[in-house]
Amino acid sequence: MTETPTLELRGIDKSFGPVQVLHDIALSAHAGEVTALVGDNGAGKSTLVKCIGGIHPIDAGDYLFDGRPVHVHSPRDAAALGVEIVYQDLALCDNLDIVQNMFLGREKRRGLVLDDSTMEEMAAATLRGLSVRTVKSLRQKVSSLSGGQRQTVAIAKAVLWNSKLVVLDEPTAALGVAQTAQVLELVRRLADNGLAVVLISHNMNDVFAVSDRIAALHLGRMAAQVKASEVTHAQVVELITSGRSGDLGPRTTPNGAAV
Amino acid sequence: MTSALAPQKPERPNRPTDSEEDRPPTAGLGDIGRRYLDQVRAGELGALPAVAGLVVLCVFFSLLRPVFLSNLNFANLLTQSAGSIAIAMGLVFVLLLGEIDLSAGYASGVCAAVLAILLTNHGWPWYGAVAAAMLTGAVIGLLIGTLVAKVGIPSFVVTLAAFLGFQGVVLILLKEGTNVSVKDPTILAIANDNLSPVLGWVLLAGCAVGYAVLQLRRSRDRLGRGLAGTPVALLAVRTGAVVVLGGAAVYLLNQERSRNVIVSSLKGVPIVVPVIGALLLLGTFTLQRTGFGLHIYAVGGSAEAARRAGISVAFIRTSAFVICSCLAAVGGIIAASRGNSVDPNTGGSNVLLLAVGSAVIGGTSLFGGRGRVVDAVLGGLVVAVIQNGMGLMGYSSGVKYAVTGSVLLVAAGVDAMSRRRSAQR
Repeated sequence: MTETPTLELRGIDKSFGPVQVLHDIALSAHAGEVTALVGDNGAGKSTLVKCIGGIHPIDAGDYLFDGRPVHVHSPRDAAALGVEIVYQDLALCDNLDIVQNMFLGREKRRGLVLDDSTMEEMAAATLRGLSVRTVKSLRQKVSSLSGGQRQTVAIAKAVLWNSKLVVLDEPTAALGVAQTAQVLELVRRLADNGLAVVLISHNMNDVFAVSDRIAALHLGRMAAQVKASEVTHAQVVELITSGRSGDLGPRTTPNGAAV
Repeated sequence: MTSALAPQKPERPNRPTDSEEDRPPTAGLGDIGRRYLDQVRAGELGALPAVAGLVVLCVFFSLLRPVFLSNLNFANLLTQSAGSIAIAMGLVFVLLLGEIDLSAGYASGVCAAVLAILLTNHGWPWYGAVAAAMLTGAVIGLLIGTLVAKVGIPSFVVTLAAFLGFQGVVLILLKEGTNVSVKDPTILAIANDNLSPVLGWVLLAGCAVGYAVLQLRRSRDRLGRGLAGTPVALLAVRTGAVVVLGGAAVYLLNQERSRNVIVSSLKGVPIVVPVIGALLLLGTFTLQRTGFGLHIYAVGGSAEAARRAGISVAFIRTSAFVICSCLAAVGGIIAASRGNSVDPNTGGSNVLLLAVGSAVIGGTSLFGGRGRVVDAVLGGLVVAVIQNGMGLMGYSSGVKYAVTGSVLLVAAGVDAMSRRRSAQR
């Protein structure tokens, strides 16, 4: 790791009341790379993502963005930094078209009137930049799109705002084989375009298909963050299920004393 | 860095090349027709059922009762429907959010009572009384909207309570049921006077030219940026339709329709027509061209998505109710003008149901997210044609109500089925 990571988290703790969900988490995401965040149900993936997105404030630890320590208290703060999160339920309005969804809440206006032409141009340029050719018309309603196309729109919406870090929560969970391939291709292209991408997934095939690094969470602790090329499928599964694999992971079990 | 890519990277699927640069800058008329058919098949019926119903009903009634087509009846039809169309336009805003306002009818009654009392009992000038009536509407909307959006009571319950409450308010304002007559010439002119024939033509010409210029400019702008624009042929067809339909209407309305020309001449476009036209333009502009309108659709489509996009859902909800009650006030003013008076039944009995029916028959969805202001006008005309035509055929009010109710049910059924159809994909 020679350059500064786009996102660097150090020693993040997060509790909800008496329950400590995240313990001393360290995570880095580099520009141009896909960092996969894996972990079993309840490992703390969603909480960590919400901390990154500013929905949950962190209790302790450092949040560094482009090397600078920052304080993220709300989704607005996160968006201002260039952090965009695509949640699993996408949050699209079925009755609006693609352009309207991409600009929802941040419309371009000319005086009182919406500047539809400029928005359509920008949306088209964004989709072209991502080499998306699966949507026929930008003016078709989202209700007429397939699951993969919806995911594409949600991702394009996140990229539209010169974002630097895009976090994708299970983007392929509800998709078929062909659509999963398309979305993964898109995820890869985001990184190739110079963004830092954090991909949450349960699917090991997806993780190995696109990611450069893998960060495995186990019971609220970061078991290991490794290069995807240096580990095997089986090792990652072991990290997810037991928190360690060979010489990877903490020396003691996560339930015992700290290292 | 990308050298660290895992070996199992999926093959990039080879997509057919025809999707590349797929859109010609201008689609032909045939393409547009085909796209429209696709939409209809997908359950996006739009104004189709209302327009078809209107044509069928008009043909039906004019074959059975030729007097239906008379100039006098045509003008009557427009003035009869105007009040309920205004209320229906307001309801469109509320229905777009998936809410309902059952109190819009009596809200219009309260506003009409305020107008009449200020005009007749207190001698206010017409503009002062109209402003007070509109303000009453705005306050009513603010109250209902706050209870729905901030307190979180379902709109059905809030407006049902308001429906009863306002009925009482009208009675109290009118001193237990007296009839307050309206004598102000300006207010009476709204529903009873006509534009001069020349002014009717000038207004139509202005609308047609304005429409053509706006459409052409928009299309030019889009084509200049390499976006798919509306082809000039379609613009010509649309403008032609406006000119032909509008021209026919103005021509008919400019004919003498007085039974006794010596006593009084009666010709020209009724003043309510441009009033409704102006509301239609303003409402359509708000919904289709402004960010506020887009946010109404967004909240109606998915309140959660709108909230996450940073839209203030409570503000949008409250303002939709304010708009609805203000337009109900306009409906009340038109009703007061048409009836020459305000009594406890103004805005009561079937006014609300006809207005809701108008919006739904026109194609506005009861589930929210789909609808336009023009739906209220089309649906309102359908309702008026049914009432008027059946009246001419000598049916009792009982039959008229039953038929109008059935048409509303059919429209709501079409709405529910088209929603299921588009959800299946």
